[in-house]
Amino acid sequence: MLESESVVNTLLRDYLYDLVKEGKRLDGRTFDEIRPIEVKEGTFTKSEGEAWIKLGKTQVLVGVKFDVGEPFPDTPDKGVLVTNAELLPVASPTFEPGPPNEDAIEISRVVDRAIRSADAVDLNNLVIKEGELVYMIFLDMYVLDHDGNLDDALTIASLIALGRAKYPKVIYKGDGDVEVLDEKESLVLKDLPINFTFVKIGDALLLDPVLEEEMVAEASITIAINQEGKVCSIQKRHGYFTMEEIKKAVEIGRSKWTDVASVIRREI
Amino acid sequence: MPLYVEKKPERLITEEGVRTDGRLPHEIRPIRMTVGVLERADGSALVEWGGNRILAAVFGPREVHPKHLMLPDKALVRARYNMAPFSTPERRRPGPDRRSVELSKVIREALKPAIFVENYPGAVIDIFVEVLRSDAGTRVAGVTAASLALAHAGIAMRGLVAACAAGRVGEFVVCDPNHDEDMWGEADMPMAMMMESRKITLLQIDGPMTPEQFEEALNMAKRGIEFVYELQKEALKRPYVLVERRIRGV
Repeated sequence: MLESESVVNTLLRDYLYDLVKEGKRLDGRTFDEIRPIEVKEGTFTKSEGEAWIKLGKTQVLVGVKFDVGEPFPDTPDKGVLVTNAELLPVASPTFEPGPPNEDAIEISRVVDRAIRSADAVDLNNLVIKEGELVYMIFLDMYVLDHDGNLDDALTIASLIALGRAKYPKVIYKGDGDVEVLDEKESLVLKDLPINFTFVKIGDALLLDPVLEEEMVAEASITIAINQEGKVCSIQKRHGYFTMEEIKKAVEIGRSKWTDVASVIRREI
Repeated sequence: MPLYVEKKPERLITEEGVRTDGRLPHEIRPIRMTVGVLERADGSALVEWGGNRILAAVFGPREVHPKHLMLPDKALVRARYNMAPFSTPERRRPGPDRRSVELSKVIREALKPAIFVENYPGAVIDIFVEVLRSDAGTRVAGVTAASLALAHAGIAMRGLVAACAAGRVGEFVVCDPNHDEDMWGEADMPMAMMMESRKITLLQIDGPMTPEQFEEALNMAKRGIEFVYELQKEALKRPYVLVERRIRGV
């Protein structure tokens, strides 16, 4: 639940809790059903890899851009990955222009952590001259339409955009200078760490919540599962969960991984 | 040592007036407009214009925050022009720069005269123009998209605002300058008009033109604008045409 969306009327809350008691959800899905994922066709950015996806009515656009620059002093043999998320004011009447707020920063870090902890992007491959010059990947996430579960939508779009990304080959000429070639290299994705977000309403865990569900939920959690079924990262948001609930959420995430991964693979 | 180096073409226009993208001086780039692309905005539009991809969204009339900005007798109109980090060859730092602050202002001033602001005292109408991909002429495409989003939001307007740029390349006056002409051409002249009265609500010039060239540029931009206006009307009607077809079963 984003802070800015937290004004809820009690009627909606009661209605959603009653529905859940009957085993139902607002849009007719089962508790562990993900909304349809649609990838919009066309070119919408000037990036080297992009994806505009719809997860139900939530829409996000992710673009991957490259640059060259100095590596971090503690990882001279790795490229640099920079992630950034913007909750655009077009996405919701409650989003305001301005620098990324707490929610935007958290979302971007949750996606970043999933990708990084699974070592999904082969950063070792992105060194031009060790200790001096490496590729920098900018993963910019744009939220266009907010109908809940931005984390999962942004993760899916990011993986597709990264998987599609191609960067120009360069020849190191010394002194931090490079010659840029016309030839392009594809970014290597070694893993697909997919985020699964759950909210708790009453005793139920609902996967891929819509906005209304996020607004009334008592607790929420985002779990990243990789191709081996390992848990790569977790972000518990507001509220609390029992151990059993968290284990159950992980199991549901693991059981859904293949479905989402096949959509991502198809689109790359 | 940038990863993306702009290469200036050998020449911008041939003696016959053929431009770097193959167009003749009076020709406009391919344009596609779609309204209602966003769910949560009150009005929205996506304009694909050459290589530009511009998303516009409108919220309002709604309550003004902060309150002290409220106007007792008319609506407050706010506009924000923003470029995505991935909209340019080299990644742009997110957030407003001086250029986008100015463009936000001229876009607002291009649209405001067409809005019946007196119909919405004490309210605000927020207009957001998001440049997803830039390829010369983003402000005219932005005005065009924002005007569509306003109409799609059901805001009372005197009419649509349509926009198009003209420019000068060597001795040629051209319609709808492309990226090369924008970068290396002699003059650029974005223009917008309120279509019900043919009054000009946006006009900027960057680069010298003789009085004759200026007049030619005005006519060139006006012809472009009239073409854009036809596409706007078609885009606004399209959803209803589709519904009508479905009802009639054709």
